[in-house]
Amino acid sequence: MNVPRYWRTEQTRYGLIGEVCRACGKPIFPPRDVCPHCTEEGQDVHPFRGKGQVYSFSTIYDAPTGYTEYQPYTVALIKLDEGPLVTAQLTDVDNDQVHVGMPVEMVTRKIKEEGENGLIVYGYKFRPVLDTRPDRF
Amino acid sequence: MREVSIIGIGQTQVGELWERSLRDLAVDAIKAALKDAHLEWVEALYVGNMLSGECVAQQHLGALIADWSGLGNIEAVRVEAADASGAAALRMGYLAVASGVHDYVLVCGVEKMTDVDVETANAAWSSALDAEYEAFQGVTMPALAGLLMRRYMHEFGVQREDFAPFAVTAHANGANNPYAMFRSPISADAYAKAGMVVDPISMFDAAPLCDGAAAVVLCPSERTRDSSNRPVRIRASAVATDRLAVHSRREPLFLQAAYLSAQKAYLQAGVGPEDVNLFELHDAFTILAALSLEACGFADRGQAVHLAKEGGIARNGRIPISTMGGLKARGHPIGATGIYQIVELVMQLRGKAGANQIDCRLGMAQGLGGSGATAITHILEASS
Repeated sequence: MNVPRYWRTEQTRYGLIGEVCRACGKPIFPPRDVCPHCTEEGQDVHPFRGKGQVYSFSTIYDAPTGYTEYQPYTVALIKLDEGPLVTAQLTDVDNDQVHVGMPVEMVTRKIKEEGENGLIVYGYKFRPVLDTRPDRF
Repeated sequence: MREVSIIGIGQTQVGELWERSLRDLAVDAIKAALKDAHLEWVEALYVGNMLSGECVAQQHLGALIADWSGLGNIEAVRVEAADASGAAALRMGYLAVASGVHDYVLVCGVEKMTDVDVETANAAWSSALDAEYEAFQGVTMPALAGLLMRRYMHEFGVQREDFAPFAVTAHANGANNPYAMFRSPISADAYAKAGMVVDPISMFDAAPLCDGAAAVVLCPSERTRDSSNRPVRIRASAVATDRLAVHSRREPLFLQAAYLSAQKAYLQAGVGPEDVNLFELHDAFTILAALSLEACGFADRGQAVHLAKEGGIARNGRIPISTMGGLKARGHPIGATGIYQIVELVMQLRGKAGANQIDCRLGMAQGLGGSGATAITHILEASS
């Protein structure tokens, strides 16, 4: 029975909701009770915009239990525009097209199915920023 | 605080040891260490282990191993700090003797990874990461190392092939270690052609997960005259931690915990990196070997791969590493690794390292937990 474990982090995982420290003003993701920068305890909720760049990436051919059906997949450290790094899978991209500095944006995707009841767990992944220039059409 | 010395060492073969159980391996190593120390009994046992619950459904290792080793009703507990569990157990044993609480103490590191399939072992090992924000995304220990290696290549302008000397050196040394899992040298060409596990980490960048146990016996240095073996003094023992998740660190490519624990150890021993004759570092991945050398002051930032390329890490180099094969070739039985490093240092400092013997008086070992959130550094000195 893993539902509470995922339910607790729903906002963070579905909406990329983090915090801003009331004392030092730094953005915090994932949210936590004690600021990792200044150790003060007061934070305000802060929805991150979900835009950033690939800081580093790595393609997994040898996945752990629960993820083998998706391999190979690429995971990355994403440098959010607001500052924090986020660890996340990349999606909607060819693994060999990824490069450091690639602009990406957050989307909600299925992460895995878990347990005997097949609990489906969703969360954030990042995809290359879609080209929305009008002259594309 | 009293001075502490190591008066006995024991180790099992490292590998896929299907015919032996976790408890069998621990008992083998403990019996060998007691014999080496000319002792039959100790006052306390500290067991370093990370994954006995996940991989063999057995917890409560302190009592179990004391029982099956015939040590009776002594004080015994398990110590866990991910891959640094063995080093953490040594730290506990050191504190027990240094403080005067105990005189004779056993420290055993043991791990049994091959009772489960590879996917389960990989998932279990990755429980050292942030479960909710790293492992949840399907990220594994090797993948985190891959993220660090890719960024290192990007920032310092090096290629994957530049990491070859770490693997080549480890395998060259492992070839002469009868306890090592891999005893075949590899070439830089073989490294270049190796299959990818977690791009850019190939099978030759990653240490094998396997089985093994190692043990050491500690006592106050003033009592070492009772032992006929050359005692080895623990000159420093230091621990530091960093933020658990790589994404939370100030500078992902700088192992802050490794730096801090090394600095504390240097201060305690009254030495600097220039005084250290060999360094058994945590080369679970070639990138971690490079980052450890830089964090501990043996190379400037971005320079460790060049130090390796110039032969600086070989047995006749400026700072020999992985002298008995390291995690890469000896093997990485997770919670046992920290004690294997100490056993190998003692062999070197006693002058009993066989074909791999180097001229040494002062040796350093460092265990890293997970991707470097725990770093435990010990400095050992040969008796004069």
